Amino acid sequence: MAQRIVVDPVTRIEGHLRIEADVDGGRITDAWSSGTMVRGLEIILRGRDPRDAWAFCERACGVCTTVHALASVRTVENALGIVVPPNAELVRNLMFCAHYLQDHVVHFYVLHALDWVDVVSALSADPAQTAAIARSLSSWPKNSEGYFKTVQEKVRSLVASGQLGIFANAYWGHPAYKLPPEVNLLGVAHYLDILEWQKEIIKVHTIFGGKNPHPHYLVGGAYSAVGPENAMTLNAERLALVGKLIDDAIQIVDQVYIPDLLAVASYYKDWAAIGGGVSNYLSYGDLPTRGIGDPSGFKFPRGAVLDRDLSRVHDVDAADPGQITESVAHSWYAYKGGDAASLHPWEGETDFSYTGPKPPYKNLEVEGKYSWLKTPRWKGRAMEVGPLARLLVGYAAGQPEIKEAVDGALAHLAVPATALFSTLGRTAARGIETQLIARWMKGFYSDLVNNIKNGDTRMFNGEKWDPGTWPAEAKGAGFTEAPRGALSHWIVIKDGKIANYQLVVPTTWNGSPRDASGQRSPYEAALIGTPVARADQPLEILRTIHSFDPCIACAVHLYDPHGRRLHQVRVV
Amino acid sequence: MVKEPLSLWQIARSRGYSRRDFLKFCGYLSAALGLEAGQARALTKALETKPRPPVLWFHFQECTCCSESFIKSSHPLLADILLDRISLDYSLTLQAAAGEQAEAAVTETIKNYPGQYILMAEGSVPMKDDGVYCTIAGRTALDGLREAAEKAMAVIAWGSCASNGCVQAASPNPTGATPIHKLLPNVVNVPGCPPIAEVMTGVVAHLLAFGRLPQLDSQGRPKAFYSTRIHDSCYRRPYYDAGLFVESFDDDGAKKGYCLYKMGCRGPQTYNSCGIIRWNGSTSYPIQSGAPCIGCSEAGYYDAGPFYRSLPAFPGFGVESTADRLGIYLAAAAGGGVALHAVATNIRKRRLIKRELEGSLKDKDLKAGKPKDKTEKTEKTEGGA
Ligand code: SF4
Ligand SMILES: [Fe+2]
Repeated sequence: MAQRIVVDPVTRIEGHLRIEADVDGGRITDAWSSGTMVRGLEIILRGRDPRDAWAFCERACGVCTTVHALASVRTVENALGIVVPPNAELVRNLMFCAHYLQDHVVHFYVLHALDWVDVVSALSADPAQTAAIARSLSSWPKNSEGYFKTVQEKVRSLVASGQLGIFANAYWGHPAYKLPPEVNLLGVAHYLDILEWQKEIIKVHTIFGGKNPHPHYLVGGAYSAVGPENAMTLNAERLALVGKLIDDAIQIVDQVYIPDLLAVASYYKDWAAIGGGVSNYLSYGDLPTRGIGDPSGFKFPRGAVLDRDLSRVHDVDAADPGQITESVAHSWYAYKGGDAASLHPWEGETDFSYTGPKPPYKNLEVEGKYSWLKTPRWKGRAMEVGPLARLLVGYAAGQPEIKEAVDGALAHLAVPATALFSTLGRTAARGIETQLIARWMKGFYSDLVNNIKNGDTRMFNGEKWDPGTWPAEAKGAGFTEAPRGALSHWIVIKDGKIANYQLVVPTTWNGSPRDASGQRSPYEAALIGTPVARADQPLEILRTIHSFDPCIACAVHLYDPHGRRLHQVRVV
Repeated sequence: MVKEPLSLWQIARSRGYSRRDFLKFCGYLSAALGLEAGQARALTKALETKPRPPVLWFHFQECTCCSESFIKSSHPLLADILLDRISLDYSLTLQAAAGEQAEAAVTETIKNYPGQYILMAEGSVPMKDDGVYCTIAGRTALDGLREAAEKAMAVIAWGSCASNGCVQAASPNPTGATPIHKLLPNVVNVPGCPPIAEVMTGVVAHLLAFGRLPQLDSQGRPKAFYSTRIHDSCYRRPYYDAGLFVESFDDDGAKKGYCLYKMGCRGPQTYNSCGIIRWNGSTSYPIQSGAPCIGCSEAGYYDAGPFYRSLPAFPGFGVESTADRLGIYLAAAAGGGVALHAVATNIRKRRLIKRELEGSLKDKDLKAGKPKDKTEKTEKTEGGA
């Protein structure tokens, strides 16, 4: 007889996520994923100035800061036919890369590592041995015995104080922890180092966008007026700082993140056969090298991989009304066509219909509706999005840098390509793409510096800035790859104002409830078969869920409290 | 059992910090908080001896940008002590435990440290429809907030969501998003989307050191950080006073770093420390990076758009009246150490402003660089500031 377990709140994520799961014989036999918070951004966007939309959308998420702003300015530019100058594209690429570096590295150490690293076990480590292991993995200058000893003492005094803070009540000593004490100590030490470093890389956002979180974006380009000798603007000194931040990031990724990731992964190879989930993968692609209008120049290719068949990439046209649909069979919304209907975002309805239990409640009614996330499908299929999807699409498309990086990591771990379709594969994919991005970022940086040196200082295309130049009606779609996966925004502009705005967000693809036909979305599918050693300690559930890097604030839909039909407006 | 938490100095010492490091840290905090010498000594002493209270950090309707900002505080000791997280008994973003174990941490802290823990709220509380728009562990946001607030030593509302409802409270506020101070008494409001990291840690440090809230203004904001407008500390202010404005994001004025007022800058009505502390280790702030301020720390800023439409002139504000008040600024500056050069530059520019107002100086003259000599002087002044 299966036992129903509940994890709410799921911690070390962004937002409010609840997992209910049936456990039988030490394994999960069924699972339900629920987003338990909504704000309703899209309805708020109606009637606003399209040039302002980036600021509203950016507040969808402070962890995915920038990605919604980027998608938003692209959407408006697409609607109005604005082509941004090459330098602005480069600035956006640099901000994109800086965000990935910060977000992925912080995810590994701050959000995900404690699923694999036992902090208390680090106390019994021999710091000399930790140093020896660390030196065998990388040339990171802080890998000394004295350093690890200091860190160990910190942990010891923390435990002795009785005030464990964020480490309190956790799952230390759980049988699923497999790292030797010395590697645990390594992980704890680098957790602290990363907290220091992540404050640095985001200065790229501060330089180009004024602040982080939530740097400022601009329809038509980038704000940075260039004046190499001018103390007031983007000058030589600021650019040099960007260059240094990139170099430091490359060092952290190469000498800390990747060695740690591979070391940890080598002890958890059994997780290469756990948590695969759905077998279809979607990427919109991003990092343009020949402008956003030419996907063939993207560093991350656009496409879909179906049934894990890496010999073929399927064309994706996200703006084609036949490809993307959403359903609300298990979401707290009502469609006029009933729960069996699935609608393209342009035809979308968002009528709020909370049918869940009145709080406080113990269990959701999972046979009915149970989440604020809608359920998106691509040609009727459940699709995984995110780092793994990007790499698989790039791999299948034969993108040489991606292919080389993936093959290298597989060889290092001595695992076959099928190992990618797993919890471990997802976590490894995040690291592999981080390493690629750090290098690509360096390339975008030198392109920008060269352009400026050659006298091209254009950053902004103001031809269509004045709403008087706009057509009476325009429609646009904008795409990006957020760290967590494929992200799209849609806009309808009428008489200079937003008539409709929609977002379809990565965590909606991954974390949504099942659809009308009962097909599970990626989180729910990936949890099935996951082992659970102790029903009252959800450590293994956290591993698989964290491998997706959930972001729930991003993913919740808009609703209308008065039950009106919100034509074409939804927040994902 | 009621427990005694360790003092900051005890913790710093156990982590290998020297007394000198510790004093430097105290000096940094005092400066950030704008404390006078006597108060600064009291702060140092208090941090050495006062026990450190546990923290319960709640997430309601928000986007986690406040937590992201908090972990970006630039001072390393600050990071290691305040952000060390051993005090963070509950934080959905950072804590290792989940589900029941996470919720148990709240219960234990309330039980073990009554009247000693700080409640921090990130996000607004949805008040419509019995609160179904935000539940945690099956309970409404309001339910969790009220329970934890009862025995809290202080309540801090982080960011614009918790202070004024931010974007989700913009018209038509579909979920009834409500700021914390409308639900609980004596809340410290720390607005901004997000607040600057050093402002957040500064507020916490004050609370730790003195066991009471910093001085608040009528909106419940700490005066140390929210008593001046961005416009009052903006390094582009001399251009404003001189009437030299960016008119398009790629014009000559943009390249010279002129004032962004005509591009919609909300600096003249936004109270925050962006111009003084700046962001991310004092690297920049939106205006310095060429972006007009959107006023993210002001209540109702999302309904005060469009963002790129310049603010209307209102009584007591405007190019001329500001210029007229320069005498007052000068008097205040003499004691306060405000950048005198900038003010002096402003005065020198009055003639230019007058000419512009009288129409003797055309836009194209400005663009053609006629006032160039003045501009260069300003740049030098500002470069050294
Ligand atoms: S209007 Fe804005 S840019 Fe101009 S001086 Fe004031 S705050 Fe600075
Ligand atoms: Fe997000």
